Amino acid sequence: MTMPQDKTVKELEQKAMAIRRLIVQMLGKAGSGHPGGSLSATDLITVLYFAVMRHDPQKPDWPDRDRFHMSKGHCCPLWYAVLSEAGYFPQEKLWTLRKLGSMLQGHPDRRTPGVQVASGSLGQGLSVALGMSLAAKIDKKDYRTYVLLGDGEIQEGNIWEAAMAASHFKCGNLCAILDYNGFQIDGRIDVIMGLEPLAAKWQAFGWNTIEIDGHNMLEILIGFQKAKAAIDKPSIIIAHTVKGKGVSFMENVVDFHGRAPTKEETDEAIRQLGS
Amino acid sequence: MTEMLYQRDVYGQTLVDLGKRNKDIVVLDADLAGSTRTSIFAKEFPERFFNFGVAEQNMMATAAGLASCGKIVFASTFAMFATGRVWDQIRNTVSYNNFNVKIVASHAGLTVGPDGASHQALEDIAIMRVIPTMCVVVPCDGPQTQQAIISCVDTPGPFYIRLGRAKFPTIENKGEFKLGKAQILKEGNDVTIAACGVMVQEALIAAQNLLAKGIKARVINVHTIKPLDKELILEAAVRTKGIVACEEHSTTGGLASSIDEVVTENHPARVLRVGVRNRFGQSGEPADLLKEYGLTSLDIEKAALAIIA
Repeated sequence: MTMPQDKTVKELEQKAMAIRRLIVQMLGKAGSGHPGGSLSATDLITVLYFAVMRHDPQKPDWPDRDRFHMSKGHCCPLWYAVLSEAGYFPQEKLWTLRKLGSMLQGHPDRRTPGVQVASGSLGQGLSVALGMSLAAKIDKKDYRTYVLLGDGEIQEGNIWEAAMAASHFKCGNLCAILDYNGFQIDGRIDVIMGLEPLAAKWQAFGWNTIEIDGHNMLEILIGFQKAKAAIDKPSIIIAHTVKGKGVSFMENVVDFHGRAPTKEETDEAIRQLGS
Repeated sequence: MTEMLYQRDVYGQTLVDLGKRNKDIVVLDADLAGSTRTSIFAKEFPERFFNFGVAEQNMMATAAGLASCGKIVFASTFAMFATGRVWDQIRNTVSYNNFNVKIVASHAGLTVGPDGASHQALEDIAIMRVIPTMCVVVPCDGPQTQQAIISCVDTPGPFYIRLGRAKFPTIENKGEFKLGKAQILKEGNDVTIAACGVMVQEALIAAQNLLAKGIKARVINVHTIKPLDKELILEAAVRTKGIVACEEHSTTGGLASSIDEVVTENHPARVLRVGVRNRFGQSGEPADLLKEYGLTSLDIEKAALAIIA
């Protein structure tokens, strides 16, 4: 296994900070949206797009690209910021988030360059990714499929139908990333509808299960490498994260699951994120 | 002797024919491959067939994922489980993305028979046609099923194609299937009988009986519920005294409602309904059920006479 250089990690950390700033600014301007889960998954998706996936922003429909699907669609501010930073569309588009006629809808939509499948209604994205994975098998292509799941989201039954099928069909080309920040809209996961023992559940469903600190770039990079090594079974990276990560007054505050920062809060958040 | 065919036999064979010509065709089922006849395709093209077990939600959302990679996906199970159970997957993940997913459901309506209410989909047309981008087709017999299946491959986007369980008589002289173009099976200017699926045969019998009473009924096979052939429906509303809409489905939300919507907006005319009126189904033989629920040629004849009177 090759170990990434320190420089790479540093660059990724800087990139993630820039993306966090864009998320907060975007949501501040939009006046509504979901900062908590966008910030908790930022490091994961930054690593994915800037150090792991095979993709070309100039050719969003390249048939051999690795696929990414955001099943927890409410965290699309993160996706939009990453796509913009990667060069899929100009940054100024970000300031149109959630406005009438915008290509950046309140939940992911195919009108956004780089988004191939809409999401928003939870629990279906693992199946969508399974379909992409099966298509690769049929076509004997070597692209990989990644999908971001929320922890509250996996309370949906559809997720477990897909989990069963992905291991049945031996989808080694499929990698799920679980943003395990421990909160859902109504409160703490373990209070609302507990998931533990979580790793054991996925193992029991036949998955290669990898647990990491979802804010440690090196652990994230190694996690993706371990996922790639599994040949005949799907992998899930259970990433332990902090909801609202990077902004002190948002961290582990359930209110910021689905509330945009005010003007003052936006300014303070940007200050904390090192503008 | 009238030819009797299972629509699902025709479906399975047509899939194989299409699969030979088009390598992008992928077929999915949810533990009913033997009944829906997707098993015929599975045998021929095992690498392009996936059985999801009793997990329809996963099947439908996976269909969307496959379609996002350029596949033309047929997803089949019974009408009951292919629509209501997976409505959200169809609405948000198949149709909102306008994906090439063809939902071909068998065992629709009362004629499922002895299995009873839990398996008799009477609301499926209503809940499918309300979804933007979705085309809804109800073929009347075996040959039309074949034409509809071929046609849906040539038309990008999601489809709901509704098939029955029982053998259906082959309707003569109905010409070929054109999506969105209803077929006039019998000319007449006194009253119009519009029907789909198994009710087309009943409509023809009713028209025959009406003719014996000196009444000339126009019979239209409305195989495409959506997009509806507005032109033909409106002409019937204008030229005849009214329309009897016949369907093996709830009288709410299906063919009759579709006709109502067009007629009331353009040329108000009388539309009487022959269908299931706010009831669930029950066990019984298909013919007995059609009688019990008021879906026979006699019921159509009565409605036609009421319009003329």
